[in-house]
Amino acid sequence: MPCQDESQVAIVEFIDAMVKISRALPAVAIIALVSTALVAAADPHTDARAQVMFGNNVAQRGLWREAIYRWEKAVEIDPTYAAAYNNLAIGYEHEGEFGKADRAYQKAMTLEPKNQQIRQNYEQFKEINDRVAERANP
Amino acid sequence: MWQNVRTRRLASIVVCAIAAVATLACEPSYFEIPIETPIRPKLDLSAFQRVLIAGFVSGGNEEVDANQETARLLRSQLRTKSSLKVIDADILPLAEIAQTQSKAAAEPRDGDTGGPQPLPSPIKSERDIDQYERLFANTAYWKQLGEEYENPLIVTGTVLFMERSSSAVVNRQVERLDAFGRRRVDQESGFAERKGFVLRPKLMFIDGRTGALIDTEISKEEIMYSAQQNMPALSSYFELMDRVIPGFLSTLSSQKIRGTRTLLH
Repeated sequence: MPCQDESQVAIVEFIDAMVKISRALPAVAIIALVSTALVAAADPHTDARAQVMFGNNVAQRGLWREAIYRWEKAVEIDPTYAAAYNNLAIGYEHEGEFGKADRAYQKAMTLEPKNQQIRQNYEQFKEINDRVAERANP
Repeated sequence: MWQNVRTRRLASIVVCAIAAVATLACEPSYFEIPIETPIRPKLDLSAFQRVLIAGFVSGGNEEVDANQETARLLRSQLRTKSSLKVIDADILPLAEIAQTQSKAAAEPRDGDTGGPQPLPSPIKSERDIDQYERLFANTAYWKQLGEEYENPLIVTGTVLFMERSSSAVVNRQVERLDAFGRRRVDQESGFAERKGFVLRPKLMFIDGRTGALIDTEISKEEIMYSAQQNMPALSSYFELMDRVIPGFLSTLSSQKIRGTRTLLH
């Protein structure tokens, strides 16, 4: 029964190939993810976004100086990134650097004039800033 | 067996990575974060480590000793809310000191017909208390006091706490029964007698090294009740001082304003 033997061999070879492919699948998936990340790293907006995300994360833990450093890097990489300017303004506000905060908010609003969240943040900041200015020059 | 374990480990790493990517992708594009905005004190007090709440020229209501109460209250506030060390000293009877100084200045000298008018006592009005302000221009006096306490920042001034009564238009809701015996609520306005208190503190900040006036904070607060309400003067005084204290503290110590902002990504 040579024919039956050949088909059995073919089936065994097929199963073996499938097992090899299935073993290689995780590695393929990782390569795909890494290559996606590398491609993303080449894109300045994605890099700036990564800095913003990191800044947001550390700000939530109370590490405001580190957050400011990240957001400053983000606007350096992508000067059209309104969210980064907004967050930077919040960071400056938290540190009491009102002049820098004001400039960062203005830039964020210029880049995204219709963004309600930026506008709301600015309104809240302005209320405090005006009060401080009024007290300094009654 | 070994390969099987490795494959499972790899598979779990991939699943975690995909989950992480998916989580990031699904994360909202904004979130609120609490912030504390620091406000620097109005005065630059870097030259002072200590503060002397010397006392106040006070007047108006006789039930409340506004000199003692104000000095005690400001001292306790500064002890807890300022980095300055509060000097524990006797509260000065500044109205008497001002009168003594005024009498000394009024005594006629050779060829002189006399100095300024004597100070009004008791103090009943804003006009009365304002005449005492010449005391705060006496830099020699304040410099000497400063030397006595090793050159602190001196807080002093005038506090006028007066009763006040007025009549004002007030809206009231009146219940009536109509022709069918149904209850009806009507708005009715009319004049009502009201009484209350006015607090006018004029807080002065003096450099104990030179005796010179650095800054003056003036405020005026008022509280009114219906004529039937019998509110003790002291509790009204504290209620009004509660409104004055934030401004006073912001002059001397940094403050933080709590709020929330929206972080974006």
